[in-house]
Amino acid sequence: MSSHDPSNPPPSSSEPSGLGMIGSRARFGHENYINANYGIKSWLLTKDHKRIALLYLASITVFFILGGIYALTIRLELLTPAGDIVQPMTYNKLFTQHGIIMIFFFLIPSIPAVLGNFLIPLMIGAKDLAFPKLNLLSWYLYLAGALFTIWALLNGGIDTGWTFYTPYSTTFSNSYVVAAGLGIFINGFSSILTGLNFIVTIHTMRAPGMTWFRLPLFIWSHYATSLIMILGTPVIAITILLVALERIVHIGIFDPRLGGDPVLFQHFFWFYSHPAVYIMILPSMGVVSELISTHSRKNVFGYSFVAFSSLAIAVFGFLVWGHHLFTSSQSVYAGMIFSFVSFAVAIPSAVKVFNWTATLYKGSISYDTPMLYALGFIGLFTLGGLTGLFLAALGLDVHLTDSYFIVAHFHYIMVGGALMGYLGGLHNWWPKITGRMYPEGWGRFGALVIFVGFNLTFFPQFLLGYLGMPRRYHAYAEEFQVLNVMSTAGASILGFGLLIPGIYFIWSMRYGKFAPANPWAATGLEWRTMSPPPTENFVRTPVVTWEAYEYRPMEEMEVIGPDKGNTAQPAHGEATRT
Amino acid sequence: MAHAETLDAHDAHGDAATHHASSNLAHHFDNLEQQREAGSLGMWLFLVTEIMFFGGLFTGYIIYRTQHPQAFAIASSTLDWKLGALNTVVLIVSSLTMALAVYFAQMGSRRMQIIFLVVTMLLGAVFLVVKGFEYADKFEHHHFPSTNFVWEDKDIPATVAPAERDEMKHHIQMFYWIYFAMTGLHALHMIIGIGAMMFLIFYAYRGRYTPEYHAPVELTGLYWHFVDIVWIFLFPLLYLLGAHLAGGTH
Amino acid sequence: MQLPRLPFTPEQASTVSGEVDALYTYLVAITLFFSVLVTVLIFYFAVKYRRRSENELPQPIAGSVKLETMWTVIPFLIAMTIFVWGASLYFTLYRPPKDAIEIYVVGKQWMWKFQHTEGQREINELHVPVGAKVKLTMTTEDVIHSFAVPAFRIRSDVVPGRYTFAWFEATKTGRYHLFCTEFCGTNHSGMIGWVEVMEPTAYQAWLAGGGSDSPAAQGEKMFQSLGCATCHRADTQGRGPVLTGVFGKLQRIQGVGDVTADEAYLRESITNPAAKVVEGFQPIMPSYQGQVSEEQLLQLIAYIRSLGAPDQGTTMTNAGAGQEEPSTTTGIAPDAQRSNPLAPTSPNQMQRNTAPPGGLSPQGRRSSSGTGGTGTSQTGGGGGNSNNR
Repeated sequence: MSSHDPSNPPPSSSEPSGLGMIGSRARFGHENYINANYGIKSWLLTKDHKRIALLYLASITVFFILGGIYALTIRLELLTPAGDIVQPMTYNKLFTQHGIIMIFFFLIPSIPAVLGNFLIPLMIGAKDLAFPKLNLLSWYLYLAGALFTIWALLNGGIDTGWTFYTPYSTTFSNSYVVAAGLGIFINGFSSILTGLNFIVTIHTMRAPGMTWFRLPLFIWSHYATSLIMILGTPVIAITILLVALERIVHIGIFDPRLGGDPVLFQHFFWFYSHPAVYIMILPSMGVVSELISTHSRKNVFGYSFVAFSSLAIAVFGFLVWGHHLFTSSQSVYAGMIFSFVSFAVAIPSAVKVFNWTATLYKGSISYDTPMLYALGFIGLFTLGGLTGLFLAALGLDVHLTDSYFIVAHFHYIMVGGALMGYLGGLHNWWPKITGRMYPEGWGRFGALVIFVGFNLTFFPQFLLGYLGMPRRYHAYAEEFQVLNVMSTAGASILGFGLLIPGIYFIWSMRYGKFAPANPWAATGLEWRTMSPPPTENFVRTPVVTWEAYEYRPMEEMEVIGPDKGNTAQPAHGEATRT
Repeated sequence: MAHAETLDAHDAHGDAATHHASSNLAHHFDNLEQQREAGSLGMWLFLVTEIMFFGGLFTGYIIYRTQHPQAFAIASSTLDWKLGALNTVVLIVSSLTMALAVYFAQMGSRRMQIIFLVVTMLLGAVFLVVKGFEYADKFEHHHFPSTNFVWEDKDIPATVAPAERDEMKHHIQMFYWIYFAMTGLHALHMIIGIGAMMFLIFYAYRGRYTPEYHAPVELTGLYWHFVDIVWIFLFPLLYLLGAHLAGGTH
Repeated sequence: MQLPRLPFTPEQASTVSGEVDALYTYLVAITLFFSVLVTVLIFYFAVKYRRRSENELPQPIAGSVKLETMWTVIPFLIAMTIFVWGASLYFTLYRPPKDAIEIYVVGKQWMWKFQHTEGQREINELHVPVGAKVKLTMTTEDVIHSFAVPAFRIRSDVVPGRYTFAWFEATKTGRYHLFCTEFCGTNHSGMIGWVEVMEPTAYQAWLAGGGSDSPAAQGEKMFQSLGCATCHRADTQGRGPVLTGVFGKLQRIQGVGDVTADEAYLRESITNPAAKVVEGFQPIMPSYQGQVSEEQLLQLIAYIRSLGAPDQGTTMTNAGAGQEEPSTTTGIAPDAQRSNPLAPTSPNQMQRNTAPPGGLSPQGRRSSSGTGGTGTSQTGGGGGNSNNR
C-alpha cells in the first residue's frame, strides 16, 4: 500500500451516517463540493464542474456496461464458426451498437468529460470552467443524444456499422439510422461545447504564476483534444445530417444513381473520425504523463517535446483521413500522400513513448495501481501504435484493411490506450474526487487481470487478421476457430477484470479509508487543495511559484486548507534534495 | 446555434448571489476583464466551429458544382437574384447598425444603443420575410427537393437535349437541396441572432450595459457579422451562378 | 526476397503474396524490436529504481535535446523505409498489367457474379489458370462491397457507379477463400466464395464446357436490341461517333479536352451521355441509366472494346443466336451455374468471333499461361489464337 504520511490528515472518521454513499460534513471535517448541498436538484442543476464530472462519470459508466454486454455477446457468437447463437441481422446490430455506444458515448467523453472536467480548473487553479452553464448544457446534450440513440436501439436497432457507410446506410438498412444519426449529431454539440469551454478556460482562467510551460501535460493534451473537438465535430455533425436528410428525402448527394458519390461520404466521415481517434487517445496520453511522473516522482523527461507532440498530433491528425480509403478506389497518388502523412503522425506518438520511458530512469518508482495502468498503457500503446505502421504501409494495408488486424489494432489503441488511461486516471484521482482511498491490493489485482484479459482477447485478432478473417463476419471459416476461442476466453477474463474496479470503487465510496489531500505526494495544484475539494476548488486563490513536476518533500508542498495560516501561497524554499 | 445564446446568456445573468465586485461578474471570474476575455475567446472559437459546420456544406457545393456546372447554372437562374441582392443590402446595413449599437453601448448611450438594436432586429426580420417569400415561391413550384419535386421541361433551356433532361433534373434537385440546406441553416442562425437581440434590448432597457460591461452586446455583434459574412458567400454562389441565363426564364 | 515464412500467415498463392509477406516480416521485426526494447527498459527501470523509502526524492533530469532528436529522426527514417516499400508494393498491386485475362465481376447483396471473356459465368466461384495474369474489372449493383482473396493478398473495394480493378497471378493450384470485406448488409458473412486455381489445361477444359455467349457477343446483342447501332453506325454517317477502334484511344471532349475512352468513360457515356460529349457531336443521346444492368453495361463495354480496328467491319453476327442460353440478362439463378460448370457446350458459341485481328488488346493475352493453342474450341476465324473479345 502506498499511503504516504499525509501532511493534512483528515479528521477521524465518525460513523457512516447511512445517508448516501459519500460523506457528510461531519465525516470530512470540511465543507466540500459533495456535501455543500443535497438533493437530486442540487445535482441536476449544478454548475460546479466537479459535480458535472460526476454526472458524466455515472452516465458513461452505464453506457460502458451496455457496450460491454454487446461486446461479450459478440465474442460469444464468435466462439464457433457457424452463426448459431444469434441471427445474422442481430449480430450486425450488435457490433453496430457496440461501436456507436463505445465510441460516441463512452470513449469520446470518457477522459475529457470526466477527468478533464473535474481536473482542468483544479490543475490550473481556477474556480470553475469559463462557462459553467455551458458545461451543464453539454451534459444534457450528451444525455439527449444518448436517449435518441437508445430509442433507436430499443426500436430494433440499426445495422450499418458505426461507420454508416453510404449507400448502405442511406438506401438500405432501416430508418432508425435517422434517429441514431440525430443522437450522434446532438452528442456532437456536447463535444464541441466541452472543447470550447476547455480552450477558453485554459487560456483565460489560469492562476497567477501558472504560465503555459508550468501547465501539467494533462492540460496540454486536453488543449490539443479540444482543438480537434471544435474543428472536427462540426464536420461529422453536418455529414450525419446529410445522411439523415438523404435517407428522408432521397436527394442523392451520396447516391450514385442520382449522380452522387458514395465515397465522398467516406471522406467526410473520416475527416472527423480519424481525428476522433486522437480525441480518444490524446487525453489518455495526458493522464499517463501525469501518472508516470507522479508515481516515479520525476519530472517528465522532455516536457516541451511531450507538450508539442500533442499539438503536432492534433494538427497532423486532420491530414491523414485518406488512409482509411486505400482500397476505396481513390487515386494511388492520393494514397501515397496520405500514407506519407500517416507515417509522419506516428513520430510524435513515438516521441511520447520514449519520453515516458526515459522519465522512469533514476526515478522513485512505486507500484501503485495507477502506475500499473500507466506502464500497461505504454506497452499496449506501443504495440497498438506499431501495428498502425502496418496499416499505413500502402501495399500491406491492402491485405490487412477490413480484416481482424484492424479490429485488433484499434482496440489496442482504444482499449489498451484510452481505457487503460481512463482507469489509471480514475484510480489516481479517486482520492481527490471522492475523498476516499480505493483498496490498493484489489486495485493491483484488477489491473493485472485486465491486462492479461485484454491481451488474450485482442492479440489473437492480429493473427486472425493476417490470416485473412474479415471483420464484421457473423460466421467464419473453420480454420479461424482456435484463435477465436482464445479471443473469447480473453474477453471473459477482461469482462471479469473490469468488474473488480467497478465493485471496489463503489465499496470505497462508503468504506474506503479517508484520503489525505495529497496521497501520492504529487506536485499538481489539484493536490494542494483538500480531498474532496471545496465548491470553489481553493479556499484562497493559489499562486504558482514552481515549475511543472517540481517534486519536493511533503512538508514543503503545502495544502491550501481551511485551518492553515493566512499565507495565500505554499511556501517555496530552496530545499536541499536527497 | 442554440449555444450562442446560452453563451451570451451566461454572461448576461451572472449568479446574483455570488457577485464579488460587480453585479455583472460571475462568481468564478476574478475580474470583468477576465470575464470579457473569456467571453470573446469563446465566441471566436464558436465561430470557428461554425465555419467548419458551413464548410462541410460548401465543400459539397463545390464538388457537385464542378461535376454538374450546367445543371447548377440552370437551377440558379430560377432564383430571384434581385431579391437576393435586396437581402444582401439589408444584411450589410444591419451589420452597420449592429456595429453602431456596439459603439453606443461602449459610449454608454442607452437610448441610441436600443434604437440601433431595434433597427438591426427589424432589418433581420425584413431579411427573413423576403426569404420567406422566396421559399413560398419555391414550394409553390414544387422546387422544394422532396419526393414531389417537379421541374418543368420549359425551365430547361432548349439547347439541352431532351435525352439528358432527366439526368439534369436530378442535378437540379441536388442544387435545390444544397440551396435549402444552406439558406435554411443560415436563416436559423438569423433567428437565433434576433432572439439574442431581444434579450439585449430587454437588458439594455434596464440599463445593464455600461462602458465597463457590455460584453454581451459585443459578442452578439460578432455573431451577427459572422452570419452576415456567410450570406455574402452564399449570395453569389447560389444566386449569381446562372444570372446570365435568367433573362429567358423569369 | 526469400525470407522465412512467419507462422500464422495464409498460403502464398500469388506472385505478390511473397512480396507482401516480406514487408510484413520487416514490420514484425521492427515491432518486435521496439516493443521488446520498451518493455525491457520499463521492467529494468521499474525494478532498479523501485521506491525504497517513502521519502525518496530523486534528482530531476531536465531532458536532452540530443536524445529527443535521436528518437525523432531514427523512427522517422525507419518509417520512411516502410513508406517507400509499401508505396512501391501498392503500385504493383493497383497497376494491372496489360497482358492479363479480363474477368468481369459484379457484386450484389450477397453474391459475387463473374463472367469470363469466353462467356462462362459463375457465382461465388472463380476459376482461373495458374501462372496467368488475371485482371478483374468490378462494380456492384447495390452497396459497396470489397473483393478480397487473402491467399493472393489482394483486396479492392467494389463501388456502385464506378469500376474498380484488381489483378493477380496465381502461382499455385488450389482452392482459396474469397471474401467480401466491406460490410454490405444482413448476410455479409455469407458473401463468400472460392477462387479455384487450375492447371492451364484443366482451365481450358473447364472453359470449353458450358457457358454462354462471350460478354462481347452478349454486348453486341444488347447493342442491336437497344438500337445503339442506328446512331453509332460503322460508317461515319451516324449521328453518334463511330465506335470502332475507340477503346483506349484519346477522345476530344467538348469543353474538357482529351479523355481516354476507358471503361469508366464508356460507362459514363452510356449512363450519362451528356457529361462528356465528343467534339463534333450533339448531346442527343438518351441516358440508359436504369435500363441496363451493371452486367449488361460490362457486356456493352466488352463489345465496344472488341471493335478493334476500323477495317474490321463489325461482325454483324446474328443477334438472335444463342437463345438457348437465356442468361444474358441479370438474375441468373445462383445454383444454375455452380451446380454444373461443365455443362455441354452450346453449339453456337464457338463461331462468335468478334476478335480484332491484332487490335488494341495485346496478342495472346493468355499466352503467358503457356497453353499456346491448346485444343480449345474457342479459336475463331479471326487471327491466330485471339480470344474472342
